[in-house]
Amino acid sequence: MATDFSYPDAAAKAAAVPKEFGPEKMSLSMGPSHPSTHGVLRIQFELDGEIVTKADPVIGYLHRGDEKIAENMTYNQFVPYTDRLDYIAPLANNMAYAIAVERLAKLEVPARCQAIRVLTAEMARVSSHLMGLGAFGIDVGAWTVFMYCFEEREKLYKLFEELTGARFTTSYSRIGGLARDVPEGWIQRVDAFTDQFLPILDEVLSLLSRNKIFLDRTVGVGVIGRADAIAYGLSGPNLRGSGVANDLRKDRPYSGYEQYEFDVPVGAQGDCYDRYLCRGEEMKQSIRIIRQIVKNFPRGDWYAPDARKIFAPPKEKILTSMEELINNFMIVTEGPQMPVGEVYFEAENPKGALGFYIVSKGGGVPYRMKIRSPSFCNLSILPKLCVGNLVSDVVAILGSLDFVMGECDR
Amino acid sequence: MTTDVDLTTAVSQHFPSALPRASLDCPAFNSSAAEVAAVLKYLRDAQGFDFLTDLTAIDWTAEKSPRFTVIWHLYSSEQHRYVRVAADCTSATEPVMPSVTGLWAGADWHERECYDMFGIIFTGHPDLRRILMWDGYPYFPLRKEFPLAGLPAALPDAEISAETGAGVIAAPMAGGPFVATPGQPMSAAEPRAKDEAWNEHSEKTV
Repeated sequence: MATDFSYPDAAAKAAAVPKEFGPEKMSLSMGPSHPSTHGVLRIQFELDGEIVTKADPVIGYLHRGDEKIAENMTYNQFVPYTDRLDYIAPLANNMAYAIAVERLAKLEVPARCQAIRVLTAEMARVSSHLMGLGAFGIDVGAWTVFMYCFEEREKLYKLFEELTGARFTTSYSRIGGLARDVPEGWIQRVDAFTDQFLPILDEVLSLLSRNKIFLDRTVGVGVIGRADAIAYGLSGPNLRGSGVANDLRKDRPYSGYEQYEFDVPVGAQGDCYDRYLCRGEEMKQSIRIIRQIVKNFPRGDWYAPDARKIFAPPKEKILTSMEELINNFMIVTEGPQMPVGEVYFEAENPKGALGFYIVSKGGGVPYRMKIRSPSFCNLSILPKLCVGNLVSDVVAILGSLDFVMGECDR
Repeated sequence: MTTDVDLTTAVSQHFPSALPRASLDCPAFNSSAAEVAAVLKYLRDAQGFDFLTDLTAIDWTAEKSPRFTVIWHLYSSEQHRYVRVAADCTSATEPVMPSVTGLWAGADWHERECYDMFGIIFTGHPDLRRILMWDGYPYFPLRKEFPLAGLPAALPDAEISAETGAGVIAAPMAGGPFVATPGQPMSAAEPRAKDEAWNEHSEKTV
């Protein structure tokens, strides 16, 4: 006898049974502190046996009012808050925010600054995908992957600490530049990291890619169709896993991405396995970009020279020159003076397209700043995606979506 | 691929009332609450803007009329470009805007967030309730009159509120020690000004 494994059909059949004869539905609250919800996501389920018939995500547990805070501080003061959006990849957020404000101020940063930003953003992508991969592995029962991933991630965090002084909350970008230049010998250490990382990445991926248990848990589970992915505004690996080759680094290059050679991996089925494959391949492509930057690391300034009214002068000049001291005082007290207007900029972050919509009335404080967070949009498909799946498959789906609640709730 | 100028002409031909909006980057249009759903549908179907990347609102403060502007950002995955559409809510006290959940399923959460933060009602939305704040929260936090420090409110769970007498309290020092308010002197942003209500302009009263 053939077993009916088509869960959506089973759910539909159960729903067709008249209510007075039907089994009673159970409601189950998953989260906000459940190991597979990666933070503080709560999902209110309605279950028929073990099959999800309704899913209502409850978000906002980590809502800090970042947009309100942004309306009350100067542009540079907000940089540390961007660390706390996608706290798995703060360097990428720093860069996205800085570029958005630079578009408003019509600032061009020099090649060295662009290269450092791309370099750090790609390292952040690798670290974010390692975290996503490790957590996904744990969710479906593969502990070892997590250990490997965290060891590599630790090496990256050592490099981040050396560069920015912090492991997590880097606050590295400034409007029109960076907090500081790269330290002596750091680029060589990044190069050394990429050399030893690739074989380990292959080993990690080989633990999952042909693993029978992993395949059973992910192939054909949580399929997001192309049309759905577009309608729900997904972005990042979750969109590309469904076969839409959208990558803002390729399509709308910023910060000099057009100089680098890299491929955009896309999935075919749009299931959890494809999203996993996309992330694995993206790490390899990121390493490819990092190597190109390391090979041709530009010299010169690492801040925009025409950003005198925005970028704080060098410390030694502040201490010795009256003009620079006044300039610094004005920047700190009044904030960088921005033109009137509105801009919208999206960057291809590890989780997807992180957008900043800034409305300026002039002066040093944004009038309104909207943060378009990829995790928020990616999670909005959950009510549709979970229905018809087993509860245990929801765990695999959540792992494959790789979201961060700090960014979703803002 | 049509250029930005072509897009502006095409939109103004189809919708004479949709005027170009000042923008520093992508093409932008000002539409009206009555017509905006048709403009967005036209941009999606005829101009290939298949992604609704962002939906938000701006509060121009209670003194201004119109008070609320809703902003849609669309992205075309074929032409790799954005377009911005804006529409003003006619009423400041009961702001209403048509929902676009029928065009993009992803508009669901965006509109819920916009309702949650600004109190804008999206007509035709299947399930318009709060998303980031809890159901029953009495304020709309991104409105300009809402202070940064927050306002006291009851806890989400009425039972716990009644039992403990606890509630949500406003953050001390307006939410942070150094918060720059536009048009205010920096001394007003210092902690002493926030928690003790004295600075060089007003004497400390003991």
